[in-house]
Amino acid sequence: MTATTKIGIGTSLSRVDGAEKVTGKAKYAAEYNVPGLLYGVTVSARIAKGRITQLEENAARAVPGVVDIVSHLNRPKQAWLDHSWKDELGIPGEPFKAFHDDRILFAGQPIAVVIAETFEAARFAASLVEVAYEEEPHNIDFTASLAEKFTPSYFKRRNTYHPPKKRGDPDTAFANATLKLEAEYHLATEHHNPMEMHASTVEWHGDGSITVYDKIQGSQGDQAYLASAFGLGKKNVRVVNAYVGGGFGSGLRPQWQVQVAVMAAIHLERSVRVVMTRAQMFTHVHRPECTYSIRLGAEHTGKLSAMINDATTSTSRFENNMEDIVVWGMMNYDCPNASGEYTIAPRDTYTSADMRAPGAATGMTLFEIAIDEMAYKAKVDPLEFRLINYSEVDAMNETPFTSKALREAYREGADRFGWEKRSPQPRSMREGRELIGWGVATGMWDAQFSKTAARAVLTADGRLEVASATSDIGTGTYTVMTLVAADTLGLAPEQITARLGDSDLPTAPVEGGSWAAASTGAAVQLACQSIAKRLLKAAEKMEDKPLHGAKSIDDLVFADGAMALKSDPSRRVAITEVMTAAGLDRIEVEETASPGIGGMISMAQKSRNTHSAIFCEVRVDEELNQVRVTRVVSAVAAGRIINPKTARSQILGGVVMGIGMALHEETFADKALGRWMNHNYAEYHVPAHADIEDIDVIFVDEPDPEVTPLGVKGLGEIGIVGTAAAVANAIYHATGKRVRQLPVTIDKLLHP
Amino acid sequence: MNPAVTLDRTSGRRVAAEPIASLTLRLTVNGEERVLQVEPWTTLLDLLRDKLDLTGTKKGCDHGQCGACTVLIDGRRINACLKLAVTLEGQEVTTIEGLGQPGNLHPLQAAFIEHDAFQCGYCTPGQICSAQGLINEGHARNRADVREQMSGNICRCGAYTNIADAVLEVLEQGKQP
Repeated sequence: MTATTKIGIGTSLSRVDGAEKVTGKAKYAAEYNVPGLLYGVTVSARIAKGRITQLEENAARAVPGVVDIVSHLNRPKQAWLDHSWKDELGIPGEPFKAFHDDRILFAGQPIAVVIAETFEAARFAASLVEVAYEEEPHNIDFTASLAEKFTPSYFKRRNTYHPPKKRGDPDTAFANATLKLEAEYHLATEHHNPMEMHASTVEWHGDGSITVYDKIQGSQGDQAYLASAFGLGKKNVRVVNAYVGGGFGSGLRPQWQVQVAVMAAIHLERSVRVVMTRAQMFTHVHRPECTYSIRLGAEHTGKLSAMINDATTSTSRFENNMEDIVVWGMMNYDCPNASGEYTIAPRDTYTSADMRAPGAATGMTLFEIAIDEMAYKAKVDPLEFRLINYSEVDAMNETPFTSKALREAYREGADRFGWEKRSPQPRSMREGRELIGWGVATGMWDAQFSKTAARAVLTADGRLEVASATSDIGTGTYTVMTLVAADTLGLAPEQITARLGDSDLPTAPVEGGSWAAASTGAAVQLACQSIAKRLLKAAEKMEDKPLHGAKSIDDLVFADGAMALKSDPSRRVAITEVMTAAGLDRIEVEETASPGIGGMISMAQKSRNTHSAIFCEVRVDEELNQVRVTRVVSAVAAGRIINPKTARSQILGGVVMGIGMALHEETFADKALGRWMNHNYAEYHVPAHADIEDIDVIFVDEPDPEVTPLGVKGLGEIGIVGTAAAVANAIYHATGKRVRQLPVTIDKLLHP
Repeated sequence: MNPAVTLDRTSGRRVAAEPIASLTLRLTVNGEERVLQVEPWTTLLDLLRDKLDLTGTKKGCDHGQCGACTVLIDGRRINACLKLAVTLEGQEVTTIEGLGQPGNLHPLQAAFIEHDAFQCGYCTPGQICSAQGLINEGHARNRADVREQMSGNICRCGAYTNIADAVLEVLEQGKQP
């Protein structure tokens, strides 16, 4: 008897939550039907900095249906210590506390919430609240803020920040280099803009406890934060985020709408919902603006001899957000002399924060444009240039990788793309009125693992439930959990239910950093293995000893709802049979996957990264300079792939956002008013259907049993890293115009 | 009808006045005839989500810029956030809930699952309603047409290529219910 139908790790499975999503049954934060619900609409500050001197509420309160208005004047008690407001990201500084006092720190800051029986009444009344301010000078212009740039002291840094490590003598090497490149690169401010606007529905139970349906990437961090900030006690706060309409990092921190909704609920002792408007989605986190100066030295052969990096990213006046910008090229390229400087510059906005591949999406991308420039200087094919400078080890930390199949990614990507047909000269390929350009770039991201717990419950009918407080922000976690469980216990996916997105479930971290699949997957596997052990024990007690000779579950095969001896698959028994024979109604276990001592040692000794090679074709209208991205091949080396179907989608999504970074996305600052100007989908451009043509994803073979328990590296972020560089490099190849400021908009091509 | 707002001549500000009178609205939602008392400032989107608990229709911008709220009115696709509900007297509204349900999926819903044409799922009901509207219009013949004519529906997760695959499949097979 052979298991021919086994569905498990490596099977392309359609999303198990698919039917709920395509039929509108999936409930997002603002969609829970709570009895007696009130609607809150937030009033946003019109100035960027100063104080509120007066709040005139009479007209608003007179609107029929308005129940109350909450502001700094009458808000419920808040924790005083900043420490009580720390979220899982733990950005050093003074966390933002809505309605804390009369101070205005950024334009659009929430200053009052109007609560009414209907959304319409609340929205109208909010427009009637009159606010008088005492304005102070402000600055949201990044260039001007550079005058105040600084490197935070050790204790005021983000604990995820990795300072660049200098090697060799880069200044001398650069001075002596045959070929030199010295240039400034820039990335515009970007806003995450998930489709679902940040929303919180707070259900007031009347016994001091609340359930918060929140748009958040981790329920338990949110739970701890709300309990601490509003003195509620953790047992009185349950957070549910079963479905999250995108995040890309905007839901890593609890955003202000949940503070406002919880305060309104406490104040009124009623259930309240607060939903941000799309304009208000521009009043919280964003990808920091970045200026990056790069000096490269090389020999005439194209061998790099010096890399000198200096970057600054934007933050707020009240928190020190930091990213790893300058380290990526230093880790990725074999070059004896390299150094990096990094500073942050404060401006009067909300704090910048992690957005899809924070640091790498900016730093690696801009560096990969510089690499392309140097390849042209050396008259070496840009792909060949990268191979000449290929590093087998992490060149900055001088540690080996647990695996690095980037060379294979370059080769397979180039083959699929047809790179060898490329004509080397810029402006040498065209069709009709369009110039054609081909570009390449490299991507790199971390392969991380976070302590995560999972529970598994097997019932006598052969159904399995696996549960963890992890999240699925569109990443496919529900399906990953189902596949790993199916793989471990040989059950059909239809027999398995995956539960997540609830702070009552076993402990899991926020979903971010591309660690969810590796970590949740490992926890589910451990829990299912624990069930398997119990089943084996129960089978040993069966009269006919169907599995006689099996010493551990390693001697067994789990498939088709049965367990069988590896050595003699004809000796098998159905899982339901074992349960019945042992008189078991259910088996319930909870297990925690953590790196362990071996993992910790490995983490200290080896680097763990995903890599990618991105090939891109653009077509540029010679007169209009309109750019079309007609083809992208993204070849990814990311260890083991649990579900090729959803994995491919994650890369597609990263590539699309990378195209947005290359061509569209840019938040403009109104320096006079201190506000973002284009705070809507009509003026903040993200890629639309018409912008996206052909995208091909390759996963190269990269077995890596060491990186994480399942050999999984994670895919949420690698798809975006470097993609915008591949586009920009292709535009150069098409037009001969080098644009060093992303996004590459038409005006920059018209006036290089 | 009492106006909701009057202009305060001293301050120049709008101020609230009397309650807004509701109007009686008769319309068909997903095949079911409804008689509703609706205030004139309520959009179709808020009516569906807040009053009828049909939350499958999503709010992504409330300004007609993202397409997440796309529904069908008498078979034509429309942004529900830009339509005041009281203007729909006697008309027929179809939302994602009316197209198909788990176990009885509409061909577009099935194709979206098969092609993994979504990730977070938030824009998905709008994409599917929009695709049905596109098919009803009968102008799309190929992939380029689909991409162009679906461009009113933003997907921030970037599932565009898979959405185009799903829509094309249904378009080409003509498998209409």
